[in-house]
Amino acid sequence: MRLLKQQIDQKHGSGFATLLPEEPEDMWHAYNLIQPSDLVRARAIRRVTKTSDSGSVASQRITLDLTISVTSTDFDVGSGQLHVAGKVASENEHVKLGSHHTLDLELQRKFTLEKGDGWDSVALEQLREACDTEKRADLWAVVMGEGLANICLITEHQTILRQRVEVPVPRKRKGGLDGHDKGMDKFYSTTLSTLLRHFDVVNAVQADKTTPLLLASPGFVAQSFLAYVKSEATRTTNKPLLALLPSILVAHSSSPHVHSLSEVLASPAITSKLSDTKYARETALMDKFYTFLRQDDGRAWYGPKEVEKAVEKGAVGRGGGVLLISNALFRAQNVAERKRWVGLVDRVKEVEGGEVRVLSSMHESGKRLEALGNVAAILTFPLEDLDEDDEVNGGGEGDGNEMVI
Amino acid sequence: MPPKSGHHRAKNVDYEEDDVYSDDDYYENEEGGGMTDEDREQMRIGAIKVKEALNSSITVSDSQIQEALWHYYYDVGKSVTYLKNKHAPATTTTQPKKQKAVSRFDQAVSAASTPKKPETGEQSAFLMPPNRIKELCTAPSLKCTFQSRRANIKDFDTNTGASECWASAEYPCLYPIPDVMDHVPLSAAEFFRDTPWLNVPTHRLGEITVEPLFPRGGLLGGSSKPSKLAALAAARKKKQEEAKNATSTSTDPGDMKAEADKAVALLDRLSVKSKESASPSSALVQPQPVEQKSAQSKYPSRKRSQTPTTAFQESETPTPEPETSAPVEIPHLRAGPSMFASTLCGITPLPVKRQHLDSTSFPLPYTSTRGFTDTNPFTGPSPDDIVLSARVKGNKSKPGPNKKPNGNKLAESVEKLSVEEVPKVKSKNLNVVEEFEKSGMKRMANFVVIGHVDHGKSTLMGRLLYDLKVIDQRSVDKLRKEAETIGKSSFALAWIMDQTSEERSRGVTVDIATNYFETDKTRFTILDAPGHRDFIPNMIAGASQADFAVLVIDASTNSFESGLKGQTKEHALLVRSMGVQRLVVAVNKMDTVNWSQDRFEEISQQMTAFLTAASFSGKSITFIPCAGLTGENVTRKIEEGKASWYNGQTLIEALDASEPAKRSLEKPFRLTVSDVFRGSITNPVSIAGRIDAGSIQVGDTILSMPANEAGVIKGVEVENEPVDWAVAGQIATFHLAELDPVHLRLGDIICDPKKPVTLTKSFTAKILAFEHVLPMGVDVFRGRMSAEANVTKLVAVLNKGTGEVEKKKVRIVKPGEVARVVVQLDRELPLEVGVRVVLREGGNTVAAGLLEMCS
Repeated sequence: MRLLKQQIDQKHGSGFATLLPEEPEDMWHAYNLIQPSDLVRARAIRRVTKTSDSGSVASQRITLDLTISVTSTDFDVGSGQLHVAGKVASENEHVKLGSHHTLDLELQRKFTLEKGDGWDSVALEQLREACDTEKRADLWAVVMGEGLANICLITEHQTILRQRVEVPVPRKRKGGLDGHDKGMDKFYSTTLSTLLRHFDVVNAVQADKTTPLLLASPGFVAQSFLAYVKSEATRTTNKPLLALLPSILVAHSSSPHVHSLSEVLASPAITSKLSDTKYARETALMDKFYTFLRQDDGRAWYGPKEVEKAVEKGAVGRGGGVLLISNALFRAQNVAERKRWVGLVDRVKEVEGGEVRVLSSMHESGKRLEALGNVAAILTFPLEDLDEDDEVNGGGEGDGNEMVI
Repeated sequence: MPPKSGHHRAKNVDYEEDDVYSDDDYYENEEGGGMTDEDREQMRIGAIKVKEALNSSITVSDSQIQEALWHYYYDVGKSVTYLKNKHAPATTTTQPKKQKAVSRFDQAVSAASTPKKPETGEQSAFLMPPNRIKELCTAPSLKCTFQSRRANIKDFDTNTGASECWASAEYPCLYPIPDVMDHVPLSAAEFFRDTPWLNVPTHRLGEITVEPLFPRGGLLGGSSKPSKLAALAAARKKKQEEAKNATSTSTDPGDMKAEADKAVALLDRLSVKSKESASPSSALVQPQPVEQKSAQSKYPSRKRSQTPTTAFQESETPTPEPETSAPVEIPHLRAGPSMFASTLCGITPLPVKRQHLDSTSFPLPYTSTRGFTDTNPFTGPSPDDIVLSARVKGNKSKPGPNKKPNGNKLAESVEKLSVEEVPKVKSKNLNVVEEFEKSGMKRMANFVVIGHVDHGKSTLMGRLLYDLKVIDQRSVDKLRKEAETIGKSSFALAWIMDQTSEERSRGVTVDIATNYFETDKTRFTILDAPGHRDFIPNMIAGASQADFAVLVIDASTNSFESGLKGQTKEHALLVRSMGVQRLVVAVNKMDTVNWSQDRFEEISQQMTAFLTAASFSGKSITFIPCAGLTGENVTRKIEEGKASWYNGQTLIEALDASEPAKRSLEKPFRLTVSDVFRGSITNPVSIAGRIDAGSIQVGDTILSMPANEAGVIKGVEVENEPVDWAVAGQIATFHLAELDPVHLRLGDIICDPKKPVTLTKSFTAKILAFEHVLPMGVDVFRGRMSAEANVTKLVAVLNKGTGEVEKKKVRIVKPGEVARVVVQLDRELPLEVGVRVVLREGGNTVAAGLLEMCS
């Protein structure tokens, strides 16, 4: 995203920013930035009907700049389209004030955003992140098992499941062995052709930047698939594919499902190659949190109330305090809700001096956090009983002879 | 065959692709290029013949004759026809008549209408008296129009040259030209002389009819169909012959004149009552151009006489027309003429109505305008019209009784058809439970073989099968050889179970292998599970089908210890949580530790401690020392001196001692699909799996969930033997019908359509945690099925013994705790209360659970 113009008063947060989305990922940023009650000004095409004095009705489509006060946003992950619905906020010779309009934000078409409640710290941070021009690392991943493959695109801020390939593969059985092999062959060819349809091999291999392809599976499926890709590339002398071969990584995952991507991205083989990407950092952070949680020493807490309490008690401060928060919370339609989280972030950052990590809800790490209530914290010192219920009862260890299960 | 030039050959290449042309090769070649000597000779002879045939009637130039011959492949007859048609348009009307003189009808016509015609006498000779047929065919009932034709030719051969040419004109393509030129046509009797059936008693002889020969339609000559009159006449003749054969086989048919008279009489009858000729008894061979073509190159083949078709009806309809110029009502005794015929001949099915309309209603101008129809009271049918139309209807309904039963029959037969269509697979309607009890079947048991990777599960099972002679020596020798060639000789026995190339090359079992063996008491199904941690899903699939488990432990140093941390532990916990109660622990590879009693005791103690902690009851665990590779204490006792301290059971004895599992036969049918495959060409959709509950038989309708598609059981196989039914506990293969394989996935539930499984998207389960359980993403396993899911809520931690709630508001479930959790599935799955599931995350089994509530 390119920042064309910015006039934000740091003190009050008033002002506007004019942005130009340049790539599909920017739509995701725009989705995170634009909140209900914000003012968005962009070019729009609107059908205008005019009734002349004689009573005849003429309607025509005209292009005009509209400013709307946002009521809702709609983001399509697959196609990366963002629709912003709202009421027209500035009068215009064609459109009445208060009439409804839905803006379709498009790539390479600028829009101006003015925050209804002013630019808060989180919004500013998001804006900064959105306009960060540093080289982005995209990664294609195929998480597969026998007969099932998930083709995903992992970008800096999102993991997009592009296609799920499912091919029935007969199991090994007496006398029907070729059924299994044939099924696997069919599965490989389907997966490869599907992958090539989504993955722009020709542009993937460039001198300065090569998009890596990650194959992950339990067992030997990924290796076999790599062997298949190699043989296919040689057989068909597909030059772009041949050039891509060196940048294909094979990793181990425990299941063919997408959520095992987090495990893949945390594996040492991958982190060594893709260390400094946001998603790798996020994944590592979540793993760290889980480790603390398993130790069960009261240093890791999750859930909105618990975390808020911990922050109150000053446990998420300097010296290792980390607040993990999903950006889904900042997209809250409710302004008060958003303020609550922004306040929490501000407090940790400015008052306590702790670290705040906003995780993308579109990544696997964000999904894991989502399961925990979208917010979690690693504390600097152990705290007990944050869940304010009865006594914590650790004595469940079994002396029961007969199991319930 | 004339020598081919290169050009010819090149041309032939194209044609040879087509078999149809291969027979005509001879002619093709001649056509191809310059004339050979033979060609010229043929051309010369042909030209002479044609000239003779044409006589003086038409003057044609030699070149024209030659051209005609060339186009007709020296077919004199055709050429003559062509030339006559072309050069004497005036005579064309008579000429066809001459050609069709064969037909009895034409004979009759000529005899009746032009008795003075000089040809009559001669032509009447064409008539084929039935006795002549008898002369020719030794079998009296052998009816053969073909023969009669040939006989005609013979007659003609003795006659004039004109007749000769006629003969060749009439049989242009039946024989190759030399035959025609030799004038020695082959009669059917001659042709069939050496066939043995001529000596067969007459009453047993079949009927041979050879299609009548009509001028062949060609590029230039005449129509491809015989004239309608000719067809009609042929039918008449046939009928007459038949009648003659039936009534008076010995009667002398009398002289030709009488014959001709008869024909005239026939014609009269025909013209009055056309329906008679259409009586279905008259056998008529329809001239069909295609068949004629085939007759060109082949000998006439035996044909069944055909019943008259609509084409025949068409051909006869014109006959009554000239006579019925006055409106004569023909009773509707037959089906009306076809649409084509009525269009062609202008006969409407309701002549009365038409007459009436013709006389009364003339279209008036403006009648079609709206205003007119609104005001005009006469636009509707007048009362007279109504009466008339009612009458017409009444008339119509008159032939009804004739028709109706026919229609009813048709309807009935259609109904019958539809009834027969429904049960494609016939059910024997057995009472399966009774059958099962009656059958007194041996005890059946499925056991899963579990243990850490490389502890020798597959080898031990291979040894078991080999020693029980399930696998013959030869195949084992073959496997040994193959294993040695890739330097893995110790894997030979494991390869009995590990059959895929990947498994063999990597030396790891990947998927469940199923095998069968039998002892005196029990029939066993082995489910050899993979030990590698990546394939635990497959192991779960196997364990879900098992009644009890065999835990294989490597006794050698370090192996046992590493296994205890790894899959020995995980598998044991899994099978326990899948509901397996009984465990046979095979302490394998005892030969590597010299059958040390200490080692065995040590392992036994450690395992007992662990297993009882995992809530196996002590008495249901059996420890057996054995050595899979050498086969000691598997089926035979340990050799003397090696392990004198042990005198317990062998492995097979321990297996045999297992109590049979209870079967829930009375519950509704449930089966978890563990494999979908193409059984064979006749069984394109086959599934395999263990019947969890209920019973099934061939012909039963089943429902596949979650696809919610019904199908029919076409066949059931148990242990590769087709059976009529199967009951809970059996691992069977089912061949399905009326179900597309796209609706079947591994892990689907096949159930009784009357009591289907419910689909659920979220459930509450009581779980036993093996690892820390947080609200997190997990994989849910149930048999072959695996699905993505999320643990959304930790409801409570429960007391292990009593199941009472110990703590609400759980933040984390620690390993070993029992908790109640809510699991949200990504998609709807067939899960029922009481089903056991396994939750895994990141390659570890997190928890095993029992479904308490679906929502």
